[in-house]
Amino acid sequence: MSGFVQYLVRRLGVSLVSLLGVALIVVLLTHLLPGDPARTIAGVLADQEEVDRLRRQLALDRPILVQYLHFVAGLLHGDLGESARTGQPVSSEIFARLPATLALAVTGTLVGSVLGVVAGVVAAVRKTTTTDHVVSTLSVTGVSVPIYWLGLMLVIVFAVELGWLPAAGAEQPTSIILPSVALGFFIMALVARMTRSTMLEVLGEDYVRTARAKGASERRVVYKHALRNAFIPVLTVIGLQFGNLLGGAVLTETVFAWPGIGRLLVDSIFARDFPMVQGIVLVYAVLLVVVNLMVDLMYTWIDPRISFHG
Amino acid sequence: MADPDVRKVRVPDQVVTGRRTVWGSFRRNVPALVGLAVLVGFLVLAVAAPLVTPYDPIKQDLSQARLAPSLSHVFGTDNLGRDIFTRIIYGARISLVIGLLAVAVGLVVGVPLGLVSGYFGRWVDIGVQRLADIMLAFPPFLLALAMVAALGIGIRNVIIAVGISVIPVFIRLTRGSALTIRTQGYVEAARAENASNGYIIVRHVLPNALAPVIVQATLSLGITILTASGLGFLGVGVQQPTPEWGSMLGDARHYIFSDPTMAMFPGFAIVLGVLAFNLIGDGLRDALDPHLRTF
Repeated sequence: MSGFVQYLVRRLGVSLVSLLGVALIVVLLTHLLPGDPARTIAGVLADQEEVDRLRRQLALDRPILVQYLHFVAGLLHGDLGESARTGQPVSSEIFARLPATLALAVTGTLVGSVLGVVAGVVAAVRKTTTTDHVVSTLSVTGVSVPIYWLGLMLVIVFAVELGWLPAAGAEQPTSIILPSVALGFFIMALVARMTRSTMLEVLGEDYVRTARAKGASERRVVYKHALRNAFIPVLTVIGLQFGNLLGGAVLTETVFAWPGIGRLLVDSIFARDFPMVQGIVLVYAVLLVVVNLMVDLMYTWIDPRISFHG
Repeated sequence: MADPDVRKVRVPDQVVTGRRTVWGSFRRNVPALVGLAVLVGFLVLAVAAPLVTPYDPIKQDLSQARLAPSLSHVFGTDNLGRDIFTRIIYGARISLVIGLLAVAVGLVVGVPLGLVSGYFGRWVDIGVQRLADIMLAFPPFLLALAMVAALGIGIRNVIIAVGISVIPVFIRLTRGSALTIRTQGYVEAARAENASNGYIIVRHVLPNALAPVIVQATLSLGITILTASGLGFLGVGVQQPTPEWGSMLGDARHYIFSDPTMAMFPGFAIVLGVLAFNLIGDGLRDALDPHLRTF
């Protein structure tokens, strides 16, 4: 048990260092902006007095280290500054929009994982048949399709032509279906690919051969012994791809006018609302770091063979 | 949007026996050859664009706006009367150049950092790896988006932003190779002969670490094209009137109810282009690096 505690402490330490680095990059982003950062943060409508006030308040006239400490101190109080566009606290706008983004990320992951596992198992069981080739082709194509284009095509077919589902917004319960499919498609492709190869490996293992020799039905062999091992590839794909999922969600939210923080980010970039851009980018990074931490911890929980001393 | 760790789990179509040259293995890989053919097709069209099409990719002709596909305009025309096929093949120039230069940024920064990190180990390794951790803490597309938001739009900034987003992959990959290579006999021998660290890294570590880097660079070409087109779609990438696949789709989006075909063809171009690099990358992996075949 002490091994696990040690691992946990070290792993939390790495996450914390990453987050402090993330905050530094977010602070440095302001200095990439052309012209006066205080002017940019205040927004085009602010007068000189307001700009000067912000410069003092954010310590922009002080060394970068001071600015950084100032920013981190604000973070610890949940203070991400004020929107240059609305004057409202950045954090309250982000938290109002965050549930929509999380809902989309979760349903996208679920759709992709479930369809991917099914496709991967079918392909492995019917190895080298047409079904297998179709799944393989789909899984190479799946990672080559731009999410936003897939979204547009889904809108054209299911909203414009067939009229089955809403094209945009989040007003109806069915609104989430098309965005989830668009976002989950590349997850499905990767999960299918990994599930197929894991299943082929597992189906050749001794304990599966034993089960077959005992006279267990093929269906029972596949579901009981082999499928149980499919969880690891799903977890691996989620762990490695959660960043791409969040990036894809920004595009998906834009296509489907989904009211999450991705669309807020794009709107804020165009409105030159830089405090909002900083806050949202930071929140995405925190989400990614936290999910990666959770995935790593789940590995050790699911598969006790994975050592803590890696 | 593929990650090397996921993609290396691949069941080879056949077992290579006998003489195993890279091309010998590659040319028996049908999907890889298809990818290569598609890429060559794009290159020919991109280079010979003025010979292939009589139209101008930028000049507007509102009398020809939003025409359906026909013999004179195979993919139809856009909202400003420009031939969509013409814009796609001129757009291939833009997308390929952005992809190549962005991957070059990733290679030039990522490979040396990875080599140094893996070779020297200790505090150099810790420093470089924490840097990679921090970059990996940002979703790659968002890192590019935030950079463009700060640097401003335009093709040069798109290349820098997208290039930065692929740096950590190359750091991690090269570091892993360097860690193994530095313990090999030939590196020990070179050290015994008093060769400098710089000489050993350039002459021994780099050449032996190159195969997976080439594979990853090919796959990254697809990823950078996707990322750059996503920026174009959002309107923060390459700007109008330059024909770029992503920004063409960004415009077409406003017409999906009246002219859905406008949004179809630029998307096919992106899928084909990215697919070509993914197939070639997989083929190169099988040909260059049999160790990466897990099965």
